[in-house]
This record gives sequence, structure tokens and C-alpha cells, in this order.
Amino acid sequence: MAQKFYWEAVKEALREEMLRDPRVFLLGEDIGVYGGAYGATRGLFEEFGPERVRDTAISEAAITGAAVGAAMAGMRPVAEIMYVDFMTIAMDQFANQAAKNRYMFGGKTTVPMVLRSEGGAGRCIAAQHSQSLETWFCHAPGCFVVAPATPADAKGLLKTCIRDENPILFLEHKMLYGEKGEVPDGEFTIPLGVANVTRKGTQCTIVSYSRMANRSLEAAKKMAEKDGIDCEVIDLRCLQPLDIDCVLDSVRKTGKVVLVSEAYRNANIMCEVAMRINEHAFDYLDAPMQRVCGADTPIPMSPTLEDEVIPTAEKICKAVRNLVNHKV
Amino acid sequence: MAKNKTKHTKDGLRKYLRLMISIRQFEDKVFELLARDVIKGASHVYAGQEAVAVGACAAIGEKDYITSTHRGHGHCIARGGKLKFMLAELCGKATGYCRGRGGSMHIADVRAGNLGATGIVGGNIPVGTGAALACKLRGEGQVTLCFFGDGACNNGVFHESLNMAGRWGLPIVYCLENNLYGMSVSVDVACAVQDLYMRSSSYDMPGVPVDGQNVLEVKEAVEKAVGRARAGDGPTLLELKTYRYRGHSRSDPRKYRTKEEEQYWHDRDPITLFEANLLKEELMSEAEIKEVHDDVTKEMAEAEDFALNQSPYPDPKELYEDVYKGWIQGERGLVRIPEN
Repeated sequence: MAQKFYWEAVKEALREEMLRDPRVFLLGEDIGVYGGAYGATRGLFEEFGPERVRDTAISEAAITGAAVGAAMAGMRPVAEIMYVDFMTIAMDQFANQAAKNRYMFGGKTTVPMVLRSEGGAGRCIAAQHSQSLETWFCHAPGCFVVAPATPADAKGLLKTCIRDENPILFLEHKMLYGEKGEVPDGEFTIPLGVANVTRKGTQCTIVSYSRMANRSLEAAKKMAEKDGIDCEVIDLRCLQPLDIDCVLDSVRKTGKVVLVSEAYRNANIMCEVAMRINEHAFDYLDAPMQRVCGADTPIPMSPTLEDEVIPTAEKICKAVRNLVNHKV
Repeated sequence: MAKNKTKHTKDGLRKYLRLMISIRQFEDKVFELLARDVIKGASHVYAGQEAVAVGACAAIGEKDYITSTHRGHGHCIARGGKLKFMLAELCGKATGYCRGRGGSMHIADVRAGNLGATGIVGGNIPVGTGAALACKLRGEGQVTLCFFGDGACNNGVFHESLNMAGRWGLPIVYCLENNLYGMSVSVDVACAVQDLYMRSSSYDMPGVPVDGQNVLEVKEAVEKAVGRARAGDGPTLLELKTYRYRGHSRSDPRKYRTKEEEQYWHDRDPITLFEANLLKEELMSEAEIKEVHDDVTKEMAEAEDFALNQSPYPDPKELYEDVYKGWIQGERGLVRIPEN
């Protein structure tokens, strides 16, 4: 086991799967010599050549649709859309074709494709390069949505996704590429739909994913030291399939829930998590569930405004303290 | 036709005739069942365009792929689809090709290389392009026929996809069926350049206008394009000039076109023209042609009986099956289907 960057973990997963399965190939903008806008395909063009690491025109719909067709015709495409914001252009191909084809065609086909993209704020690149749009894809039955928070999860989950038979949005976070963590060498996979309890605790459950899972853990550690509040932290890792049982088990234990997501607050995927808690563990709740989400504004460029948009460890702490101290 | 005499066996010619008549009779039946409200929902019928699907699909092999459109019954039949499973699908029955999940707009027979019909105009142009990319990467000489209409060629994905295929030299034949109207809006109103095959010049591929009412001309043009594709010489854009007889859908009174225009195209009916030539060239007799019509009529009656009387509707308990491979909706969300 070695310390690796998140981007290296992504690359390692791609490389290992390309070595393992000749059907796996990559396509997307600037993934070749350039190595991907965030470096996640660095060196793969040199190793595998232009047939399997295909630089494309700036044609998001064709990139996504070509992955759909190639997958239905027996290949294992991994398409990269540079920013999840650009999925607006490719939405028909992913939501209408990729996600629905298996069902519409009576279960007689599969669309085993992975669409890698990245989202999130933090680089002052404003409203069209900073969004967290994962909820949109959770609203399309037929596809999976995976959003890893750590280098190890990025590797283990991406390898699983490439081997899966379903179309998957694999959503990386632009602020995580430079983060380091322990990553197992060689064969290492993580099953889909299994959340990770990153901290055991008794007083409050914090549920999150992607970069905010790390912030939630940071907040929990801080509160354990400063406030003596013992939080359980759950990193969902997959938003579809969603490991709601892991969440329910925790809620039944703590009776208090704070849901954290960087995406827009309105109609956030965490509303769905809250609803399922409501349906299956309402009697265990000691207080109303709380959420800490992204602001409902286009993401502003200016650093002071951008910081205000994203949940911080302090905002998470505040929500937990209020809940534990019966102020809500 | 004389020049084709040596190229086509009598069995081949009989097959093309039979497929075109099958499509016509199927669509006539669909229209009747729509009017009686036996078929629910939307159906876009292919009558008038038979020579395109039949000629094009006659030019490819079993291992090749096609992608289809919202007006896709003809492609499905030409690719070998059985009338009874198709009609059952249109009726929403469990015995249909898609178990009643797709209906007319999503008719598919994926196992026969028909990657399906889409309800989004232009939606399958990138998908067909991706199938062709798979063909190229595998290197086993497969090709893809990608059908779409004049309406689709003003959609962004047309340009993105043809550019991709042209640059990568993909083994695909883009079959642009120009039936003159995208719903009610004519090519004349919609397109800056009326000769749609000319758009190929932007994407490094030949663009060829083809008489879409002549099944053998269509077959010949597609064969040539398929030959190019298999030889590694890249894609072709064919503009197959044709006409849909019925309105866009059942609610369309066809106010946007004239009786004279409709008559002009009915005078160039692909089945009538083909039969006249078969008789003229003494390749089939009146009796033999009648026998084909009668055969299809019989198959159609059987298909109708199968779809309407012998096929159950899907069990609502099956609603969640096949949304995902390996997973199904459980009490609290998706759960894994246990492996056997």
C-alpha cells in the first residue's frame, strides 16, 4: 500500500482495467497527450496509443452517445466529460439513451459504459465550471451515480464500475485530485451500493459523499475534541444504488441526522435520503433532520462568495451542535 | 433493371418484394388498429418508404448493426423482425420484442443487430456512430447502418457524429431518409441547403443522392458504401429521397402538403414500381407476385391473432425488472438480485 494522489488512483484504475480487458477504451476531450484537464489520464496515451485513448473534438453529445453505442455493441467505453457542467449538452444521450435502452428494449441489451466527469466548487471558475449536478442523474432510472471521496475509493470503485453492466456516472471532485491517501496496489475493488462508516459515533449521524464526506469527518473530529460530541460519519460513496440500510442503522442508534452535500439545496439528493429515513426510521428520530447544502445560487467567481456557497466544517459543526443541544 | 439481372437471384428479388409488402401490410394494419384504439399511444408509420429499409438492410450481413428511428417499424421488419412479435410490442403485450416496455417508438430486436428505435429525433446518430467505433476497434469487418430522417439532420448530434466518423474513418453508412417533412415542417422551410447529401463535404466522406423509391438502387448504393466501410475507407452519407404516405402520427391531418404532391409520390410507389419491373423483365409472374401478397396477408392475420388474442399484457409485478442489470427495486431502494 502506498500513498497516492486521487488523480493517480483514477489513472491506476483505468490502466489496470485496460490491461485486464481489451474491450476497455477511453474517449474524451484532451485525454491524450494532455493527459486530461485534471491529469487523470496522464501517461495512458503513451502506453496504449491513440486507438484506445481517443482524443475527441469538443462534442459532448457525440462522446457520450458513441460510448452508448460502443457499449451496446460489446465494448467497455470509459468516456470523460471534462466538467459535469458540460453534461447539459450530452444529457439526452446519457439520460434518454444510456439509462433507458435496457428497459425500453425489454432487458435484451446492456449499456456497460462509464462516464467519468468531475464537479464541485473551489477553484474560482464560476457558474459553469463548479457545479455539483449528481442529483440530476439520480433522477434517471437505469443509471448509477458514484462519487468517491478518497483515492482508495476512487480506484476501487472505478474498477468496479468499468466491470459493471450498467451505465454509470462516475463523478470525481476537482478539489480532490491533489489529495493523497493510502491506495492498495494492484487488484482492489469496492462493491457498488456500500456506504463507508468513516467514523463510529453515538450522538449524531452525519451523512455525506465526495468532498463533503471529508469535511464532515473533519467536523466530527473537531467536535469530538472541542465539544465532546460523538458523531458517526457515513460516506455514501454511491448515490445510486444508495446504501440506505447503513444510514438507517446509524439513525436508529443516534436518533439525530445531519445531511451534507455540496449540491444546490433545493431538491438535493439528500432530500431523498431524508425521505427514506422518514419512511423507515421516523420513530427513531429525536429531532428534525438537518441539512447543510450548497447555496441556491449560480456559483459565483469571487473567492469570498464562493466560500459562502459551499458547506464548511464550521457550518456542519453548527448544525450538529444545534441538533445535539436541542436547539432545533 | 436489366443491368441488375445478373446480380439478383430470383429468391433475393422475391425476398425484397415480400419484405416491402410485409412493411406495407403491417403499417396498414397498425393504422387500422390505431383508429380502433386497439393500439394505444404513438405510432409513426413507414408506408411509402419501404424500399429504403429493405434495400439498405439487404446490403448488410448478420453480424452488422443498424440503429433506427421513431419511424422504425420498417427497419425492424427489413432486419428480419417477425410481424407477430412486433405487433405484440405495439399492442403493449408481454410477448412483444421489448416485453411491452418500448412500444412503437422503441421497437428493437437487439439480438438481431437492431440496436433499437429512439423517440428522440437524431438521438441514435451518436449511438450508431459508437457502434461503428466498436466495429472498428474489434477489427472483424462489421459495419453499422444508421437510419435517421431529414428532421434529424438539423440537430447538433448529426454534425458532431459525422465529424467524428469522418475523422476516425468509422465503418458506418448514414442513411438519411429524406421524406421531405420533419413532422409538418418541410425541408424547404427547415434547411438552408436543400440537397442534404452535400453536407458530407464538411466531414470528409462521400455524399450520394439515391432514389429511395427503387429498392435495387438503394441496395446498390448501400452495398457500395458498405464495401467502402469494410475496406477501411470510412463512412458515407446517403440521402435516400422518399415520402411517407401517412401523416406524422395519427392526429396529423396533413394540412401542410397538397393532394397533388401526395399523388406524385403515390405514382412512384416503391412496391408498384418494383412489381412492374419484375413483370417487365419477366423475373416474376403475376401469379407469383399474387402469391407473395397472399403469403404476407396470411402471416399478418396470424400476427394479429397472436398479438390481440393469444398474448397477455405484462404482469404489473414485472414493472421493475430490467431497469438495471443485476439490481432490482426493493422495499427501501435498489437491491442486488441474488446470483443463481
